[in-house]
Amino acid sequence: MERYEADTTISYPCVGAAGKTGGWRDFKPVIDQSNCIKCLRCWAYCPEGAVLRGEDDSVSIDYDYCKGCGICARECPKKAITMERED
Amino acid sequence: MAIKDLARQELMHPGAGSCPGCVDLLSLRMTLKALGEKTVLVIPASCTASIECSYPKTPFQVPVLTMAFAASGAAASGVAAALKRLGDDDVNVVVWAGDGGTYDIGLQAMSGAMERGTNFIFICYNNEIYSNTGIQRSGATPFGAWTTTTWTGKSEQRKDMLGIVMAHRLPYIASASPSYIEDLYRKVQKAASIKGPKYLEFHTPCAPGWRFPMEQTVEMGRLAVECGAWPLLEAVNGKVEFNLRSKQILDGKYERKPIEEYLKAQGRFAHLFRPERDEKALAEIERWLDAEWEHYRQLASCGVAAA
Ligand SMILES: Cc1ncc(C[n+]2csc(CCOP(=O)(O)OP(=O)(O)O)c2C)c(N)n1
Ligand code: SF4
Ligand code: SF4
Ligand code: SF4
Repeated sequence: MERYEADTTISYPCVGAAGKTGGWRDFKPVIDQSNCIKCLRCWAYCPEGAVLRGEDDSVSIDYDYCKGCGICARECPKKAITMERED
Repeated sequence: MAIKDLARQELMHPGAGSCPGCVDLLSLRMTLKALGEKTVLVIPASCTASIECSYPKTPFQVPVLTMAFAASGAAASGVAAALKRLGDDDVNVVVWAGDGGTYDIGLQAMSGAMERGTNFIFICYNNEIYSNTGIQRSGATPFGAWTTTTWTGKSEQRKDMLGIVMAHRLPYIASASPSYIEDLYRKVQKAASIKGPKYLEFHTPCAPGWRFPMEQTVEMGRLAVECGAWPLLEAVNGKVEFNLRSKQILDGKYERKPIEEYLKAQGRFAHLFRPERDEKALAEIERWLDAEWEHYRQLASCGVAAA
């Protein structure tokens, strides 16, 4: 990555700027792939970009950064996502 | 525009420092998808500035100029002028400010940039409070809402910000909601396609500030529109059109849901119902909402002055 000289502080883009935010979770979203219709609502509405969209529009969760907010589960029209308590 | 047509490219890295379920972050993620990487953001003090200033790291993959609370409009004029001088005319210059940084302290700098004709988009994400400093009231806080500075409920109605912006006669103005994500995305792209000053406002419920469970954040935004507490509209060269549910409400094809459904879902309005119903405050909320929709009806039928 290109670095810049300036008379001010500069932050540079990186994954996990606030750490591995997956550690904030109390509940984790689990997708039942057999129920999923690939509508992509969970991908679109996840604030974090923690629902990964595959080439074929299948979806999976990036547990390193998913904060467990539960929005994906509430927005899924097929109720294919359940929130399970973390151990 | 369907969900599958939203850009695949992510310009916000995961692992940002916002609260779980924050739709300020969702709106940013979608806005950057819609604009692409040739974008420079100006961000005044706010929750978003906190997300961005996790020095030496940041989740943003586009350049961001962090700005003093009051100055984002002026900074945007400077950035646009510098880019013009460099011959980089095809860069989107975007202010991303909270309602405090728009309705209140950022108002005169924004107005100045609009009057100068700066080619930029001013985006206000409106969570109806100063959330970053711990939930103080702003000019966008609705009547009756609890905040730490209105702890018996705010005694004034919110400012008509869209009206103030319309008085600047801009080529494009829109209000949107991240709960209607395709509509928000379309409006961002529309704004980017027009030269001159543009204004967008996104209604962004804030779970910790409004006191409701975080998983309901997208539903809360939808309920706000269904109850008529937030309108979806756009004005091209001063001609106002309403969109989706808000249009159906005006056309008599959808009946506004009772506002109490919205109020009861949020802890910031709990004192209106407990220990007993505050009939006077509830009647004022109903009165204001009816007057607001009468105003919208007039806007839709005559538009406003041409740009
Ligand atoms: C001149 C000045 N006054 C006060 C502050 C402290 N401050 C930082 S963020 C903030 C609240 C911003 O509220 P808003 O614009 O609504 O954005 P939000 O925090 O809701 O995202 C305040 C008061 C400041 N940074 N500068
Ligand atoms: S729980 Fe929240 S953060 Fe995690 S994938 Fe679902 S929407 Fe994203
Ligand atoms: S919202 Fe539900 S059905 Fe749609 S892609 Fe996600 S898991 Fe599948
Ligand atoms: S306080 Fe509200 S707006 Fe600020 S980061 Fe948290 S959820 Fe988002």
